[in-house]
Amino acid sequence: MLDFIIVLAVILVLALLLSIFRVATLVGIVKGDSKQKVPVSNKLQATLLVVFMVLGIFGFFYYSFGGLSEDYTQPLASEHGVVTDRLFWITMAITGFVFIVTQIFLFGFSYKYQYKEGNKAYFYPHNNKLEYIWTAVPALVLAVLIISGWQAWVDITGPAPEDAEVIEVMGYQYSWAVRYGGADKKLGDYDYRKIDVVNQSGIDFSDKASFDDFIPTKLYLPKGRPVLLQIRARDVIHSVYQPHFRLQMNAVPGMPTRFWFVPTKTTQEMRTETGNPDFNYELVCNKICGKGHFAMKYLIEVLEPEEYDEWYASQDAWLKQNSDYLAQVPEELQEMARIASGMEAEQIESEGKSVVSSTY
Amino acid sequence: MSVADIQVEEHLAHDDHGDHHEQSFISKYIFSTDHKTIAKQFLITGIIWAIIGGALSVIFRLQLGFPEMQLEWLRPILGKWITEGGKLDSEFYLALVTMHGTIMVFFVLTAGLSGTFSNFLIPLQIGARDMASGFMNMLSYWFFFLSSVIMFVSLFLETGPAGGGWTVYPPLSALPQAIAGSGAGMTLWLVSMVFFIASTLLGGINYITTVINMRTEGLSFSRLPLTIWAFFITAVIGLLSFPVLVAAALLLVFDRSFGTSFYLSEIYINGEALPNVGGSPILYQHLFWFLGHPEVYIVILPALGITSEIISTNSRKPIFGYRAMIGSILAIAFLSFIVWAHHMFVTGLNPFLGSIFMFLTLIIAVPSAVKAFNYITTMWKGNIVFTPAMLFSIGLVSFFISGGLTGLFLGNSAVDITLHDTYFVVAHFHLVMGSASFFGLLAGVYHWFPKMFGRMMDERLGYIHFWSTFVGVYLVFFPLHYIGIAGFPRRYYSFTSFDAFSSFADLNSFVSLAAILTFGAQFIFLFNFFFSIYKGRKAPKNPWNSNTLEWTTPELPGHGNWPGAIPKVYRWPYDYSKPGSESDFIPQHIPYSQTPESNLPHEAELAKKEEISQVNESK
Repeated sequence: MLDFIIVLAVILVLALLLSIFRVATLVGIVKGDSKQKVPVSNKLQATLLVVFMVLGIFGFFYYSFGGLSEDYTQPLASEHGVVTDRLFWITMAITGFVFIVTQIFLFGFSYKYQYKEGNKAYFYPHNNKLEYIWTAVPALVLAVLIISGWQAWVDITGPAPEDAEVIEVMGYQYSWAVRYGGADKKLGDYDYRKIDVVNQSGIDFSDKASFDDFIPTKLYLPKGRPVLLQIRARDVIHSVYQPHFRLQMNAVPGMPTRFWFVPTKTTQEMRTETGNPDFNYELVCNKICGKGHFAMKYLIEVLEPEEYDEWYASQDAWLKQNSDYLAQVPEELQEMARIASGMEAEQIESEGKSVVSSTY
Repeated sequence: MSVADIQVEEHLAHDDHGDHHEQSFISKYIFSTDHKTIAKQFLITGIIWAIIGGALSVIFRLQLGFPEMQLEWLRPILGKWITEGGKLDSEFYLALVTMHGTIMVFFVLTAGLSGTFSNFLIPLQIGARDMASGFMNMLSYWFFFLSSVIMFVSLFLETGPAGGGWTVYPPLSALPQAIAGSGAGMTLWLVSMVFFIASTLLGGINYITTVINMRTEGLSFSRLPLTIWAFFITAVIGLLSFPVLVAAALLLVFDRSFGTSFYLSEIYINGEALPNVGGSPILYQHLFWFLGHPEVYIVILPALGITSEIISTNSRKPIFGYRAMIGSILAIAFLSFIVWAHHMFVTGLNPFLGSIFMFLTLIIAVPSAVKAFNYITTMWKGNIVFTPAMLFSIGLVSFFISGGLTGLFLGNSAVDITLHDTYFVVAHFHLVMGSASFFGLLAGVYHWFPKMFGRMMDERLGYIHFWSTFVGVYLVFFPLHYIGIAGFPRRYYSFTSFDAFSSFADLNSFVSLAAILTFGAQFIFLFNFFFSIYKGRKAPKNPWNSNTLEWTTPELPGHGNWPGAIPKVYRWPYDYSKPGSESDFIPQHIPYSQTPESNLPHEAELAKKEEISQVNESK
């Protein structure tokens, strides 16, 4: 019944609109609108254009400068972010200025030069000087933007400092896995054919460097130290995106990528700064990757360097936690793997006797 | 005189003998080789696609704006894509986004815009009886139709249409295990695109040939209306770039169906390590964007051409800097081929390559800026008539500026690191390419409707349509910049998973509401369009007092366009408000010798030559 009433109401409204349209058309015919040289509402349209511009520019400034107190910037927490943010706001100032001026001219001229009986437009086909000027000026402004952008780009994408913390980030449908190099600070090799339900990252245990690698459940970062993310993907393309660090790099299957940066604020500091006691840095996937794309999240925690070192030292090697995988280590390296992964040490403690490794 | 010309004239002569034969319905309206009918076919198919593409966007805007909303009432249409909880399925959301993009970019703004206006205007404005090859032109539409049917069918597949984004990056698009849409939906997408490209190429070859060979006497390239320049260069861009998409699609077909590894390497998915090694997903991106970026200009250049014509006519002034306008079209066309990798700054591209592409990308802003300045100067000291077409053209310029400026952020690789794939990008291209081109399309329809159907569209409905759409588009897309600056990623089904994106729920609802109203306003246009075809006021021959040749044809031009001889051209198309002239426009076919009062010094010379040649002819 309700549906029927709705349908009926819609039909009535449409019929009403149609009759209004017909009546207005007939009135127009009687008044001879079609014989007018210009549309009857020419002046109204010109006025509306200017009204639109004034309201639009007002709305733009009002909202942009916080009129509704909605914050559309993300707090910044990386060194290179200072540079890219500055570039962003310089570009904003330049384009904002051009935006306002050109729109004022566009709508202003529309109003000022609207059709007037007896007026004649000014025959003005070209002015080479003017055209040279407005080719050259944008070119110059762009040159400045290009050069400053290029310098920033080269710095950001250049090689990471030697002492950078190297961390592997791997994307898969629909989460992330991170891996640290362990005591030797070296990431072991990986091989996608070695991936299984437990060994999610496909660590290759024929590489000595992999024995002490560890895989925590969050991405921990030291504040103030350069961090080099070595990025890869297991299935489809993902993108490592972190808005507070102004960081983004795609994770591509079969083609490792990297991004280095320096975090400048710990999670604690950000909690104070944002006034949000639950604040957490989040790793975001920013390349369409399937059904769960919108929920592909991983937590990041930035620690003071000392805290970080302490945490780092306390982590157990992945191999130690999954000692079954010792079987994948080549025979001659097994002893070494036991020591490097810390399995041996535990044995020593528990059995209370000293062992001198024969492999070293 | 070309072969087609002679044939048509023979045909006309044939008619004169009273042996008039009626064309059958099928050859007149369906398998027609008449460029005007084909243009209308493209237009109406484009309009249908625009409604579908718009409706899809309304569905996903409902999800984005009102994530809590019960969508059970959509079940009759969407069936199992509404989950048991009455929500939109998150995978179908991606399919909606993908199909919205594909439909709007290719089916509406490429086929609907170029297909309509290149077909309709090229022969009429250059003084030709029809296209160089009417048969190829017919094939072009029917390939497009076939491609449309296939894409439409893919919407109803059990596994859903393609869902990897309109750019369909592999491996996502290559592996059905990664997303359901990469199954049969993706196959149909690829097949449909191949037919679409065939259609574009058939059309493009025709446009180029026609413009080069079939211009009427006196219509040199330096007297060509800017619309024709734009369509011509657009066709050239399409001819050079679309085949690359075929290559990209073909390799993807091989990877999907024949076990090759062009784009696939080292993939472990669904508990299985795939055998493919050595391929590169980045290769696909290079091939795709080698088309994809020129495609942006394929979409916007015809709209800019249409705007040049309409702004000049309605300002009653010559277009400012005619040669600069041509120069900037050429510069944009050239540069459009060497900026593609700016879509790939954060894909792991070599940073040095990134620097080069940033440099080239920002250069393209210069010719674009010149075009915007020239439009504004054209209006300066004009005597402006605000027809609906003129308003849509002004709207286009406004969008072109607003959306173009944000390109300076995204083209700057350092700034792009943060903004890439956020809503800032969505805002940018919806304004500069989506809305601007769409406004070009609408402006063109309002302006040339009288010549298409011999009747006028209703002006008042046109104004209501313009204002609701213009305001609506700004209300939809301007707020997205802020959402983008805040880092909201695009193609997200919902933002609830992340604390960082917990704000802007209100703004998103606002945008969705504006989008729904703007979409609704398009039905005013649809009513006006279809009503006016049958019941509109009869159009005069030249309702806008315009200079170009199409307005010298009868109210409703028939087959062959001009009943008598094709008019000759004596002057450029922008002699509006010429000093000394009584009338505020002098059409292109009026010889200088008839307008001694308004001739400029060098034109007076030309007038003398004209007189001599006329005397010779009459001898």
